[in-house]
Amino acid sequence: MRESIRIASGQGFWGDLIDAPVKQVVSGKIDYLVMDYLAEVTMSILQKQRIKNPKLGYARDIPELMRKILPQCIERNIKVITNGGGVNPVACAEAVIEVAKSLNLKRLKIGLVLGDDIKDRIDEIISSGCHLNNMETNEPVDNYKEKLLSANVYFGAFPIVEALKSGADIVITGRTTDTGLTLAPMIYEFGWKEKDYDLLSAGTIAGHILECGAQASGGNFLGDWQSVDNMADIGFPIAEAYPSGEVIITKHASLGGKVSYETVAEQLVYEIGDPSEYITPDCIADFTSIRLEDLGNDRVRVYNIKGKPETEFYKVSCSYESGYSAVGSLTYSWPNALTKAKAADMVLRKRLENLKLKFDEIRTEFVGFNSCHGPLSKQLKEDDINEVMLRVAVRSDDYASVERFGKEIAPLILTGPPAVTGFAGGRPKPSEVVAYWPALIPKKLVKPEIKIMEL
Amino acid sequence: MKIQLRQIAHGRSGDKGDAANIGIIAYDDKGYNIIKKCLTAERVKEHFKGICFGEVERYELPNLRALNFLLHNTLGGGGTVSLKHDAQGKTLAAALLRMEIDDDL
Repeated sequence: MRESIRIASGQGFWGDLIDAPVKQVVSGKIDYLVMDYLAEVTMSILQKQRIKNPKLGYARDIPELMRKILPQCIERNIKVITNGGGVNPVACAEAVIEVAKSLNLKRLKIGLVLGDDIKDRIDEIISSGCHLNNMETNEPVDNYKEKLLSANVYFGAFPIVEALKSGADIVITGRTTDTGLTLAPMIYEFGWKEKDYDLLSAGTIAGHILECGAQASGGNFLGDWQSVDNMADIGFPIAEAYPSGEVIITKHASLGGKVSYETVAEQLVYEIGDPSEYITPDCIADFTSIRLEDLGNDRVRVYNIKGKPETEFYKVSCSYESGYSAVGSLTYSWPNALTKAKAADMVLRKRLENLKLKFDEIRTEFVGFNSCHGPLSKQLKEDDINEVMLRVAVRSDDYASVERFGKEIAPLILTGPPAVTGFAGGRPKPSEVVAYWPALIPKKLVKPEIKIMEL
Repeated sequence: MKIQLRQIAHGRSGDKGDAANIGIIAYDDKGYNIIKKCLTAERVKEHFKGICFGEVERYELPNLRALNFLLHNTLGGGGTVSLKHDAQGKTLAAALLRMEIDDDL
């Protein structure tokens, strides 16, 4: 058994710094590179791409990234684990194999985790008695099934462990929990078992720290953010994991950023509910058991973690079509910027009303004045306001209403209050609204499937 | 003496459906004792009047000198449906740190 392993976070979401994973590979020692590409709506976007082209439906940054890192990863035995397979892990693996061929690599083994996509099994699942009730509203999915764009089960770490045991250099999954990507190599390397709940929770919490990339190493740090060194070349976090479950969060010394008690603590409290029950497919981790120790030199020790047995359910993330939205904006300058923006909003709303357009919601915000903190914002004297951006957003099931709204923004420049600018982007176009439907499914109804593809 | 919460604590916020999560972390033990007393669920709900339209849940993490709040019905329908500029509640931790509290409790 290895004494310790270094697991590097390479991506906090699809759209994160493209070269972050490259820097993790080339700037120092790592054993694993883990990359989370999937947010809740990403799956629906990927489903749409696959419908148009059966060779798509995965994070398309991956093949290009592999071109940059694969030779080094093979040479130094760095394994790559990612959920960027999206709704088409097989096509993603095929694209990576093509890249490997073009690099003249001699061998490559890719492990795939499949079986999370249940969109085509909804009728069968409903008839077995599971109605995928919405976790927020408790409504059964039955009335929405025609509108569903995607439905994916969150698998945990163990299917990835199976793929690693098959000798995979790269593991590409569909919807796997972000935390499972980091936990899996610890289970694999240290021989942790399915009932080692404290250890599984320790790996899960390390995964939570890594899953948002640089948010644990100085990015979006609300503490002393000005103390973060060299943000332009920010280093993503690395978990140095030990068989005992102890983990040290750190980063490559040559890169910027900051790993401290405060940066790690901020990420720990990010997007959690009841901290004593952080539920994953593998275990229930207790965030109130965590101990943090700042060791200095960008090293924070995370230890003492306790956990409980997993539940009998997997979480399911569904998405469905829910009408259209559009956002328009214009900027008004001093003097009386806010008064002008408010007057323009009234003019716009009157015109929309006269046109008898149908909206579920019209929302007006004044960016630069109170769009972030609303009524908590400091009241300013009108003369002290230099400029205000009027931002109006609409949502409707009626496409024509949303499209027409987009045509009513620019005319305000010549037909509304003065000293206005900021209309360079053309008419706002309606975009499809994708709503999120979280649910639970008994674990016995779905089974992860491991597939191996080789060069 | 009245101080602003940001002098003794930092934090981070994000979305969980239509609820916002706000984690607030005190810089030291004295600060944690203050936020533990001051930041009741009721006080936080009152602070976010006009922003949070649902229940506020409060959880303690004494091990991290932190409190976690879930503000229900706050994000205009949730991340993807919301028309809000800050649809994911990213700036709400900073909004809570504006609160004025007594530091001599």
